[in-house]
Formats: sequence, C-alpha cells, structure tokens
Amino acid sequence: MGPTEIKIGGLGGQGVILAGIIIGKAAALYDNKHSALTQAFGPEARGSACSAQVVVDEDPILYPYVQKPHLMVSMSQDAFVKFAPELREDGTLLIEEELVKPQGLPKGVKVFAVPATRIAEELGKKMVLNIVMVGFFTAISGVVSEEAARKAVTDTVPPSTIDLNIKAFERGFAHGKKLLAKA
Amino acid sequence: MNADPIGVLTGSHYLDGDHSCSEGAIAAGCRFSAGYPITPSTEVVERLASRFPRVGGRFQQFEDELAASIAVLGAVWGGAKAVTVTSGPGFSLMMEHIGLAAITECPVVYINVQRGGPSTGLPTQPAQGDMMQARFGSHGDYRLIALCPNSPQECFDLTLRAFNLAEEYRVPVVVMLDEVVGHMTEKVVIPPADQIEVTPRRYTSKKPGDFKLFEAAEGSLVPEMVKAGDGYRVHVTGLTHDERGYPAMNVVAQDKMVKRQFAKIVENADKIITFEEKNLLGAEAVVVSFGITSRIAEKGMQLAREKGAKVGSFRLITAWPFPEKQIIELSKKVKAFVVPELNMGQMSLEVERLAAGRCRTIPVLHAGGTVHNPEVIAEAILEAVR
Repeated sequence: MGPTEIKIGGLGGQGVILAGIIIGKAAALYDNKHSALTQAFGPEARGSACSAQVVVDEDPILYPYVQKPHLMVSMSQDAFVKFAPELREDGTLLIEEELVKPQGLPKGVKVFAVPATRIAEELGKKMVLNIVMVGFFTAISGVVSEEAARKAVTDTVPPSTIDLNIKAFERGFAHGKKLLAKA
Repeated sequence: MNADPIGVLTGSHYLDGDHSCSEGAIAAGCRFSAGYPITPSTEVVERLASRFPRVGGRFQQFEDELAASIAVLGAVWGGAKAVTVTSGPGFSLMMEHIGLAAITECPVVYINVQRGGPSTGLPTQPAQGDMMQARFGSHGDYRLIALCPNSPQECFDLTLRAFNLAEEYRVPVVVMLDEVVGHMTEKVVIPPADQIEVTPRRYTSKKPGDFKLFEAAEGSLVPEMVKAGDGYRVHVTGLTHDERGYPAMNVVAQDKMVKRQFAKIVENADKIITFEEKNLLGAEAVVVSFGITSRIAEKGMQLAREKGAKVGSFRLITAWPFPEKQIIELSKKVKAFVVPELNMGQMSLEVERLAAGRCRTIPVLHAGGTVHNPEVIAEAILEAVR
C-alpha cells in the first residue's frame, strides 16, 4: 500500500494541530499502524493559514514529511489556497462547507463538504468544529477506524469536554456516512 | 536499580521527540533542569517545567545559557540528576561548562536539538551541524559521550541511557537531536518502572579523610562521588588537580588526570558504543547515517535496491565515542561508504579517516533546513556500487 499522506489546513485557533494529533494518535495507538505527525513551524503558524501533516502507514515511517497528500482537509479559504496545489490529482479534499469555496482543482479530485462550524454551533461550542472534521474525515477516508478515532478523541480532549466532543465526532461521522451513501 | 515509579508515565503515548526526552529524563531520576529556552528545544523544558512539580523536581529559567549550563553542575554536586537543554546558539555558549563538567567529572546531561547554523541560522529548521562541536567544542583534551536518536521513541530511550552513562562514567553526556526528530510526533512506549534500569550515583562508602574525589575506584577508571552536606571536605576546580581535587599545575598531574579521563571512555568504548546494522551480508556499499537522516537514508536504500544495488546500513546511535573498530572492519569488505548528513561534512570525515583508503567514502552533504531528498542518497549509493 505505502504511506498515506494527510495534510490538514486551517486558521490558527481552529484546532488544526489537535485534529492532526487525534488522527495520528488513532492510527498509531489504537489501529496498530504507524503514524508520524509534523507541523509547519514558523511565523506563519500565528494568525494565518497553518497546517498539520500526518503520514500513516502499515510499515514504520521513514520519510516523515508530507509531499503530495492523498487526503487534504481545508478548514479555511486561506488554507485551501495555500495548500491545495500540493494535493494529488486523484486526491480527496475535505472542506468546511461554509468557509471554503474550492476552485481550480484537477478533475480527478473528489471533494466532500461538511458545515463543521454550523454543526459545532448547534452543539453549543464553535470550538469543537475540528472534532466534527475529525469525525467527517474518519467516515470519508477510512484511514483510521471509527473506534480508534473515538478513543483518540476521548483521551486527547480535556476530560470535562469528552461528551461534547464525542457528540461533535458523531455528527461529523454521520454527515460523512450520509454523503458516501449518496455518492 | 529500577526507576522511581512516581516519575514514569508507563503506557503508549503520542509524543514529539522533545517531550519524549523530558519523559526519559524524568524516568532516569532527573529532578533538576536549568534552561534558557530556545527553538527547537523549548518543548523539552516546557514539559519538564510542567511535570517536575508533580514529581518533586524543579525547573529554573536562567538569564542565559552560561548560567543554565553551570547551574546544572551545581545541582549535580548538590546530589541531583540534572539536565540542560538547548540548540546551536546556546550550545556554543555552554561549551565553557561542558569543559568544566569534563575536567571535574560531573555526571550531567546536555540535550542539543540541532537547527541550521552557524550562529542563529535557521531557528525552526533542522541540521546536524553540531556533531564535531559536541566532540571538540570545548577547549583542551577531553572525551565525552554523545547519542543520536532517530525517533521520538529513541528520544525517551537514549535520554534515559544518557543519564545512566553519565553516572556510570562520571562524564557529561550529550543527546544530539535534530529539529525533525525533536518536533515530529510518533508513538512512544514507556515501560513499567520496574522494567526501567536506572544507574544510581556511585557514592563512596569510604570515610571522610580516606576518600579522594578524583581517585579511580578499585578495579575501575571512574572515581566515586560524594554529596555536598554529607560531611566530606572536597575541592572541585577547573584547574588541573590531583586525586584530592586540589590544584596541581604540573606535568605529572596533568598527564595522570587527562590520560585517566580519556581512558575511562576509550577503554570502555565497547560497552558504551551502540549501533544498528542492517543488510550488511554481501553489501557492496554501506550507508553510515544518524538521526533523522538515517530514516531518509533507509528510503534511499530502498530506491537503490530497486535498481539492483547491494547496500547495507550502519546507523550510529552513539556518535561519540565513534565505532572505530566496526567501521574499520566494514571498510575491508565493501567498495564504499555513503555518508549522508545534514552538514557540510563532519561524521563523513571520521568515516573517511577510518576507511584509510581501503574503500571510498562518498559524503552526501546538505546544508540543512530540511531533510535530504531520498533519491539523491539513492544516486550516491548507485555510484558507490558501480
């Protein structure tokens, strides 16, 4: 199979890195795969578009950086514009439906959209939009199992917020399954 | 003895290399750190500062790396296991006290997360340009130990080992990460405390008056220690000293002191040196690599094998002392060594020296800022076996 490369982009404050940690952790700790997470460090990490990069593989990971992502998550238009050119021509793009208007993508790219911010607001906390995205990513990509992702959410978020975050995960996951059923 | 369970976070974690170093230090019994935080090593001290209060330790931020690197020596003489953490610019400032730690045989650990240099260079990007500095950076003749993890897991394992080696040989030990290993997050398994071997400080059982702080213990080249406040009158100085620790600035004392301090590392080199060999049987070329570059090199080897190259791998886990015997033996069997490193030629010089013309040495050099392109390493391997 070889490594699966994932790049998650968004605005500083959207929980981009945490989403990457949860996906990487789900693969490495609960799915018995290997994963390596790297982040872009530098002035761009504050305020504007930032990213988390995760490589998931059955075998130990040698090259830790993401070069041509198979899967990209865009949670802001800035992040989409900045990172989308790196996506593989047959890659999959997951977007925040109301914040990202994709343009100029190669024909082979499959796009799936979720109104993560609106769902998070319905749950009472806009903050959990990244976990909605993690749920959505889990359903669409199949890179990590639902069970592993749930465990990773549970042991990563602050204990008092587990219920809320699991709800966010479930809403994102259900939305993804619904889209797949239609497709 | 086993690790104190209070400091050991047994279980599987998803940690970056920096945080994993902190856990390795705590598991080893380290309870003091002084630092002047610097990218890309800051996460190490951040975690120590957060974890220490819960395990009876203390982190103190100092005004600069000079102060931090001597505060840890004070902590060691006070009875603690101690670490300071830095990156290139700070490592340069710490050289003075690495020399002091060497001449006073102070068991202390330095962690250097390497970034691009010289000077302030590339604060957030990797390099492996401090390898010779780790060995020769302080003035005068001394030997220390340097270890090179290539994963967050090894950051735990080797930081723990660094503390054990420091106590075993009463010597400063440097853990040489690079920015990629420091900042990448992977699975890290921390064993139960009763499966973690920790080397305690070798305190003397001799009475005050009978004990000499710089006299090799019986059957060993390494002197025992005492702790401040235990009633021993000791003298610790950066001047050349006799076995009691008093300044003795003459040829005989210098010869005896320097040569024993060398010998304790050189004569124990086989016990200190660790490395990882792969696919050496029938190999025509051997890639010698360390740190993050060893993983990129592994990828390069895969690409070269697809094109028919018979290539094996020799990964340095201990950089210093250098595995001289192993490189000499390999040089008799292969056509060439390929040495990729994120610097303009440091460890490759050592490989070339030991190969002594018996085989070629092909450095694959990179000024730093990112990792090698694996294809460039593959090309060098194909050239090596041609």
